Amino acid sequence: MDMRKTFTVAIVGLFLVLSLVGIGTAADTIKLGVAGPHSGDLASYGIPTVRAAEIIVKKVNAKGGVMGKQVELLVEDDVCKPEIATNTATKLASEGADVVLGHICSGATKAALGIYKGANKIAMSPSATNPALTQSGDYPNFYRTIASDDAQAQLEVDFALNNLKAKKIAVLHDKGDYGKGLAEFAKSFLEKDPRAEVVLFEGVTPGAMDYSAVVQKIKQSGADAVIFGGYHPEASKIVSQMRKKKMKTAFVSDDGVKDDTFIKVAGQYAEGVYATGPKDLSSNAMYNEAVEEHRKAYGEDPGAFYPQAYAATLALLNAIEKAGSTDYDALRKALQTNDVDTPLGKIRFDAKGDATGVGFSVYQVKNGKYVEVK
Amino acid sequence: MSWDFNYFMELFLAGLTRGSIYALIALGYTMVYGIIELINFAHGEIYMIGAFTALIVTGVLTLMGWNSVAILFIAAVVAVVYSSAYGYTVEKIAYKPLRNAPRLSALISAIGMSLFLQNYVLLAQTSDFLPFPALIPEFKWLQPWEHIVRSSQIVIYVTTAIVMILLTFMIKFTRIGKAMRAVSQDKAMAMLVGVDVNRVISVTFIVGSATAAIGGVLIASHIGQINFYIGFIAGIKAFVAAVMGGIGSIPGAVLGSLVLGWTESFFTGYISSDYEDVFAFLFLVFILIFRPSGILGRTESEKV
Repeated sequence: MDMRKTFTVAIVGLFLVLSLVGIGTAADTIKLGVAGPHSGDLASYGIPTVRAAEIIVKKVNAKGGVMGKQVELLVEDDVCKPEIATNTATKLASEGADVVLGHICSGATKAALGIYKGANKIAMSPSATNPALTQSGDYPNFYRTIASDDAQAQLEVDFALNNLKAKKIAVLHDKGDYGKGLAEFAKSFLEKDPRAEVVLFEGVTPGAMDYSAVVQKIKQSGADAVIFGGYHPEASKIVSQMRKKKMKTAFVSDDGVKDDTFIKVAGQYAEGVYATGPKDLSSNAMYNEAVEEHRKAYGEDPGAFYPQAYAATLALLNAIEKAGSTDYDALRKALQTNDVDTPLGKIRFDAKGDATGVGFSVYQVKNGKYVEVK
Repeated sequence: MSWDFNYFMELFLAGLTRGSIYALIALGYTMVYGIIELINFAHGEIYMIGAFTALIVTGVLTLMGWNSVAILFIAAVVAVVYSSAYGYTVEKIAYKPLRNAPRLSALISAIGMSLFLQNYVLLAQTSDFLPFPALIPEFKWLQPWEHIVRSSQIVIYVTTAIVMILLTFMIKFTRIGKAMRAVSQDKAMAMLVGVDVNRVISVTFIVGSATAAIGGVLIASHIGQINFYIGFIAGIKAFVAAVMGGIGSIPGAVLGSLVLGWTESFFTGYISSDYEDVFAFLFLVFILIFRPSGILGRTESEKV
């Protein structure tokens, strides 16, 4: 018995020594951890991020690396599960990842962030959209290159207040997860702002035959603008009925309405409607180049979050280069002070960790087409 | 909120519009139930097919440059013919062979027909929402009141009233109406005195489908969009209205529809649209607790 115990201790000891040696030699490379689902049913969300990192690292290394060191990828699978993500994070931290690209799902990201925070590591997600991750202030080590879930609501509210100068706003939704969530964010932003009041907050029944009673209610509330969270079938019915009643109330909606079917169905009544939608990247040369690189390397079009992951990798490597080290505080400062050109446009990060200039724009229907409002 | 008469009137008229459309559909449910005691679940789809037919006819005639009133009239006539043909065929295929089967079998057959027609239109046409042109012209004389009531609403009220009067007249004073009443009272006895029961049932389906098609054309023109799914919700609501009014009773179906339309409209207007359906159905439950056979339903007397 004793013999065997001693033997086990010896083996463990040997491993520890070896792993220390491993860390010792690793100092010559910059280690970029990449975490996300790479297997299982959500793998399609995580793999494009790995590919983005591979493409960039290959390019960067060919040009001499970052701070003169080669970049090495440490890819770890978290299958989008919070309980596995903590193990993934622990592993990446102990393997000496300097920065982490990931995680992908909001739940897994949140679970992993506590571990990175304890280890003084920066993590940057291309896809975790949960608002609390940045807004709670709990994770100063967290950054992301995608707009948070409430970004559309924030943009709609800002637009209604700043551009439309609305004083009374009716907030409507279709009672669904997407529409109601958005409407609730919009309402909470409006309540914090003294410039306007929410005169109506209502859910409409999707698929109902007509919305004349709701439209009367909007009219009765005296709203200057309607913010609607939901999809185009309800939006087109409400807008048509408003316009047929000769109401000129501005109509501001979301990505679910920024759809050509909306214009087709609402026809002339769609004119002048505002809707927020993802920024159009197709005119960005870097975006087109990034897509082309992916096609060349993998023979197919990139999957979900590829441009965001591409941008995040560039931002992380750029920050290391600018900071001249992988020190936590120096990296944070570099991320917040340097602009970096990415497929998403020129971005930098605010104090909470959200990238500025990514995400959504406001569009307006003009002559039967959605046109970006500058 | 202080009492505002204009607002009340607007909600009243909005409820009347909804109620009128429910009534045009509910008539079909209640007539079929009155005659063969079958809940024709495919009835909502007949309404939807009416709207689609009208859209196709409208598209063709608009290309030929006709004016909108003529288009509306012809589209409505074609929709009525088409929907009636569908109603007639559905009865022959799905209900007639099951006439002596247990009632549950016919009900399942009706649900199957409903799903079939829905998916048929989905595949043969499209799953997208389609714009439906506003065919009902804006009346000049209505302009001073336009903020309260639109001309399409007026057309809906008037049409519904005319259809109802014609239907009542038909049932009360014509031979086929008399035959319908006879069949609904006692099918076997009617057959014995020489009423052609099969023909009466066919006519009932044709008339019910025709009113649903008129409803389809009017509401599509009023709202401005249709898709393959509109018949389902409208059908369920109209069915509820028919039950509320007392299924089998024609004035009951109309009254139930108007009550349902107003309930939804006033509840949305004065309380909240979040719980529109919840409230409408709660109201149904209340009515059925106090009048189990509906507002105007016949209470079945025990036969000794």
